[in-house]
Amino acid sequence: MSEKRDMDLTLKIWRQKDAKSAGKLETFQVKNISPDSSFLEMMDVLNEDLVAQNQEPVAFDHDCREGICGTCSLHIQGEAHGPDRAVTTCQLHMRKFKHGETIHIEPWRAKAFPVIKDLIVDRSAFDRIQQAGGFVSIPTSGNTQDANAIPIPKDDADTAFDSATCIGCGACVASCKNASAMLFVAAKVSQFALLPQGKVEAKRRVLHMVKQMDEEGFGNCTNTGACEVECPKEISLENIARMNREYLNASIK
Amino acid sequence: MAKLDSKAPTGPIKEQWTKHKNDIQLVNPANKRNIDIIVIGTGLAGGSAAASLAEMGYNVKAFAYQDSPRRAHSIAAQGGINASKNYQNDGDSNYRLFYDTVKGGDYRSRESNVYRLAEVSGNIIDQCVAQGVPFARDYGGLLDNRSFGGVLVSRTFYAKGQTGQQLLLGAYSAMNRQIAKGKIQMYNRHEMLELVIVDGKARGIIARNLITGEIERHSAHAVVIGSGGYGNVFYLSTNAMGSNVTAAWRAHKKGAYFANPCYTQIHPTCIPRSGDHQSKLTLMSESLRNDGRIWVPKSMEDVEAIRSGKKKPIDLSEEERDYYLERRYPAFGNLVPRDVASRAAKERCDAGYGVNATGEAVFLDFKSAIQRYGKEKALVDGVHNPSPEKIIEFGAGVIKDKYGNLFQMYNKIVDTDPYTTPMMIYPAVHYTMGGLWVDYNLMTTIPGCYCIGEANFSDHGANRLGASALMQGLADGYFVLPYTIGDYLADEIRTGVIPTDSPAFDEAEKSVKDRLEKLMSINGSRSVDTFHKELGKYMWNLAGMARNEAGLKEAMVNIKKLREEFWQDVRIPGDLNSMNTELEKATRVADMLELGELFAKDALERRESCGGHFREESVEQDGPQKGEALRDDVNFKFVSAWEYKGEPGDAVLHKEELEFKDIELKTRSYK
Repeated sequence: MSEKRDMDLTLKIWRQKDAKSAGKLETFQVKNISPDSSFLEMMDVLNEDLVAQNQEPVAFDHDCREGICGTCSLHIQGEAHGPDRAVTTCQLHMRKFKHGETIHIEPWRAKAFPVIKDLIVDRSAFDRIQQAGGFVSIPTSGNTQDANAIPIPKDDADTAFDSATCIGCGACVASCKNASAMLFVAAKVSQFALLPQGKVEAKRRVLHMVKQMDEEGFGNCTNTGACEVECPKEISLENIARMNREYLNASIK
Repeated sequence: MAKLDSKAPTGPIKEQWTKHKNDIQLVNPANKRNIDIIVIGTGLAGGSAAASLAEMGYNVKAFAYQDSPRRAHSIAAQGGINASKNYQNDGDSNYRLFYDTVKGGDYRSRESNVYRLAEVSGNIIDQCVAQGVPFARDYGGLLDNRSFGGVLVSRTFYAKGQTGQQLLLGAYSAMNRQIAKGKIQMYNRHEMLELVIVDGKARGIIARNLITGEIERHSAHAVVIGSGGYGNVFYLSTNAMGSNVTAAWRAHKKGAYFANPCYTQIHPTCIPRSGDHQSKLTLMSESLRNDGRIWVPKSMEDVEAIRSGKKKPIDLSEEERDYYLERRYPAFGNLVPRDVASRAAKERCDAGYGVNATGEAVFLDFKSAIQRYGKEKALVDGVHNPSPEKIIEFGAGVIKDKYGNLFQMYNKIVDTDPYTTPMMIYPAVHYTMGGLWVDYNLMTTIPGCYCIGEANFSDHGANRLGASALMQGLADGYFVLPYTIGDYLADEIRTGVIPTDSPAFDEAEKSVKDRLEKLMSINGSRSVDTFHKELGKYMWNLAGMARNEAGLKEAMVNIKKLREEFWQDVRIPGDLNSMNTELEKATRVADMLELGELFAKDALERRESCGGHFREESVEQDGPQKGEALRDDVNFKFVSAWEYKGEPGDAVLHKEELEFKDIELKTRSYK
């Protein structure tokens, strides 16, 4: 447990009424924040203060608060999910900040993620990319073959799992100077490319998903690698390399 | 409705599901295109149901309060999913999974439903592997298994500590395929606020668009509720912040009986609370009890030394530690069911042996496992005479492979390293076995209104075994509801599209708008969260891990009073007709304030201890089971199904008597 004392902080937070309105940074103060509280619990304290003053609380996305649902999405001090590594905002703890510090909090910034309100953005573009091919076309039936009928090398299964741990939060897009969604798309393409079940539709899948990604207005990848650094699930750039191979392979008739 | 008809089939239990499927009506493929189904919730139950129903040809409208179906809280399930595959050749079978589930549920579930669950469990694993779910495998390329509490076999399939995530993404991908085809219309950021009944049948919902605040009407031939559990009635729980009872509660108020609301699972291994700011509790998977040993110090001196920081837990020798689960339950040890493990932790902490500043924590220690795995790995890798450091390094590597994400999560939250010092854990509200009463077809007492997954009551009795929630959610959604719903819908093929301009829709919409306007107009002095926290305090203190008559009566009075205060003094800033996160919380908490009272009433009426429901008045007085929970099969061998009568406290009890033909009723012993 942290020995640090409670903190007083200055917050500069993006406020925006709705998608059509212009937004701006507003300044707030919070006091007596425990270093053992999470970043979102600090936001709860702020919002309780605002309700007490009969002001509208700051809207932000959050749900599971254990780093797995991918809902929370704050750009803190210029970094997606803030200064810690391998965590989502909900698991970022205040012990990473100092008493008296000024913290800037903004929504994800990307053309394909329009702001809905305050710190909440619309990430439905991610869903549409998945709908374009992020699945194995297997209907529900009690008659698929036995789960152990096709052995899968442990290394392939483990690598597919690592790719599949993407939580779809969008930190990769928010961190990329081009607002590219390559890491997100590559993670799903890789998961299926590594498994025998996904091979049947591999070519179709990668072509369709990349096409949808382009149509949604995400930028191109220039191999900067910021996405990998900020990814709360540490999804590797190798996924992008694998997707590029898959794409090239699928493009050659 | 006076009598509850479970519609459970007759005949030998092994043949019931097959016979039932052959007996029920089917809807021909061309007619399915003319039938609409609404699904509330997109977790494992709702998501898998929506995908399967759409594949069959029905028109599905799916609703989620989250911004994407992938965010439903099934995603947070960690440890695994049970299936009676018997891949480990340890004697598993459908019967054993059935038996373990009924026994684990303390003989308070319906035999026919549970057997069916066991029967389809294997299909779930086949289906998920075919979808590309990357389960853990061994070096031979086959699926790996681990063990969970309350059983003597290894039947749990897993994907590190993220099994729920992988299974949900599987269901989400199946949904996506149907969304792309237009067979599922997905309504994200929409919340169901009312069920619409037309001529006695569920015919639609009133939903609020959470972005615009618009109130919408949606009609269908059937409504399926898969909205999860109500653990958030305790405020602090392992549920997501948005998890709520509203969909189920709205159906209850329209005629669906609510079954066993008091059956709550308090999960033994969660990260203890650290202060008043806390917004939720984080689970550490039960799978950790495969390898972790739970203990507190034997002497009070050591407890105090650890609390004050004079001693570290690793300073205590084996002789100075009380591995109390191994001591009390030698047969199952650290793998006793959740209710037993939780009460044992509470017993030690109530006796003063809690190891943190709040006195509410015990240790979960991986030292032995790291040693054991380290030595094994050294042998396998051909490292002879490994140094103690090498053994620890090897052992920690194996532990990291199994539980890496959980250890990392613990480290980020608590700021200590569980590889080198024991974790601290304490029980927390996790799952609710109670829910809407359903028959064998998963239909509630409202014709055309179905309920699946955690939101219903059906399979886990008074206590759920680990890794069974994922199994039940997917069984209901993939393999049960898609068949049973056809029996009802076969009579709807001539109905045509349900109009939304009927008096029933008018009235339902008006009631929602009136309720929301009333909430916004109160303009009182207290925030929604202060009410929610106060409710949680009553629930935890008076209706939590141990309950008694006086406390439950007090809870009912306090909750009713709090509810009245809420409707007079809540303050909700912002607009009705735009995104308003405080209003969203208020509609949910308003319903929890009603459910909480029914919960306490149900716990009060059930004057026995069973599973997660522990009545202090009902304990074994002597013999080898002394101090353990005392079940009363003579007077309480039934499902409590509550009918709404205007106020939660006035609900009327209906009993579904439980019959045990294939399993002998016994005292549940894990000694």
